[in-house]
Amino acid sequence: MAAPEVHHLFHAPIADHSFSADRNTLAVTHSNTLELYKRNGNAFRLQDELRGHDKTITGVDIAPRSGRIVTCSQDRNAYVWEPSSTGQWKPTLVLLRINRAATCVRWSPSETKFAVGSGARIIAICYFEEENDWWISKHLRKPLRSTVNCVAWHPNSVLLAAGSADGHARVFSSFIKGVDDRPEPSVWGERLPFNTVCGEYLNPTAGWVHGVGFSPSGNALAFCSHDSTITVVYPSGPEQPPQAVISVATQLLPFADLLWISESEILCAGYDCEVYRFSGQASGWQLTGSLEAAGKAGAAGVQREESALNHFRSLDLKGRSGTGADDTKLRTVHQNTINTLRSYEESGAGVRKVSTGGVDGRVVVWTV
Amino acid sequence: MSQSLRPYLHCVRSTLTAALSLSDFASQASERHNVPEIEARSSPEVILNPLTVSRNQEERVLVEPSVNSVRVSIRIKQADEIEHILVHKFDRFLTQRAEAFFILRRKSVPGYDISFLITNFHTEEMLKHKLVDFIIQFMEEVDKEISEMKLFLNARARFVAESFLTPFD
Repeated sequence: MAAPEVHHLFHAPIADHSFSADRNTLAVTHSNTLELYKRNGNAFRLQDELRGHDKTITGVDIAPRSGRIVTCSQDRNAYVWEPSSTGQWKPTLVLLRINRAATCVRWSPSETKFAVGSGARIIAICYFEEENDWWISKHLRKPLRSTVNCVAWHPNSVLLAAGSADGHARVFSSFIKGVDDRPEPSVWGERLPFNTVCGEYLNPTAGWVHGVGFSPSGNALAFCSHDSTITVVYPSGPEQPPQAVISVATQLLPFADLLWISESEILCAGYDCEVYRFSGQASGWQLTGSLEAAGKAGAAGVQREESALNHFRSLDLKGRSGTGADDTKLRTVHQNTINTLRSYEESGAGVRKVSTGGVDGRVVVWTV
Repeated sequence: MSQSLRPYLHCVRSTLTAALSLSDFASQASERHNVPEIEARSSPEVILNPLTVSRNQEERVLVEPSVNSVRVSIRIKQADEIEHILVHKFDRFLTQRAEAFFILRRKSVPGYDISFLITNFHTEEMLKHKLVDFIIQFMEEVDKEISEMKLFLNARARFVAESFLTPFD
């Protein structure tokens, strides 16, 4: 397995990051500015700073084909940034009509719409209205009872999954007449008018849902919540109970985000600062390891050299084992929570490389 | 170090490590605000169940987690009147300098001697495991400090009493 490619950009949390389709531009949130980095050999060099928000930016997404960037922030606004001929970025304010912080944003695969989750218990589905030349939004609000933490699109660009702090992961229809083509009937439903709730799932302890995602085919949904579990749902058909709901409990700290790398594998990352791999299918799922397994073995060897006296002394004094002289550095690549996990490079069947962005200001590209 | 201190500190450490899984969470109650939810208590669904770890009747730790903040309150051992006074003075000394301590709360939770308020902004700019280490170390040191002060006070009292009583010798 190739070593991960680490880019330490600054000493501030990265709430969200996004690579452009050619992987030469990296958009990273840095408090209330959006920083654009250009690839320069093996490193990323700061190229542009997009200012406009006056509070922490919580989400950024680059549309792969059109190159438009959308950002949302705790100041309740979202902007769509378009490159102009002079090389400048032109912001367009989106009429979100929300009165609390926006928490996350994602372009739909068709790139004609995007979804913004918010603390106002609303998901704004935004689309471009030609006649008035602005981005307007329609609200999904019905069963949401708390802040929306994450959103994810189905490959058909109509279904949207959202996880919120009330512990539910929900699947909505965001069909907008004139923008979307009528979707093919799927396991989620046949007729899908706007704000149809196609599924509502809760895991046993109802922890806050931090990350949600559809499988590449769109026929399964996974979500990770604050009780350190991931739950995979296989629906059987419209208006019917799901065929299987599998919850995998772990002894790790909670996961903050997840990513399907194929129909049978999911990567999760979060407060343990590591990327974990889960695999399985409708009959069952299990944790199969970490992407850092190789580095771990070397670190354990170093630890064994420590004297037994020191080991027991530290166990006695601090209530834990294994403190070297330099225990400020964690043994993981990320030194703090991983906030986002995104696909970096895909090939045919699945994702080959993924990128993670963390609170420690690092963006790391991993080979799966 | 006594036998019961180790499991106690171990338990506090694992509780704190789990509780410090914080995220940036803007207020759902007021516009454009970002406040520690454990203090604001405006949305019940983002507050988790509080947990008390206690070693004996006198010594205990209360951990109150929420989505973006954790409140840790410590009850320091006070066996007698002198220790009670010493703990009170010690707390006052620290809380008056709360600004320099970042995570120290100015007023402690009722029933406890000292409270820390750790928000997501603290875990972002400081190392999470070091914050836990700091609190554990504080708990160890404070007991030692108080008993040392008590010994010193007793020694001093004996010395003063002796020098007062020399004329009557």
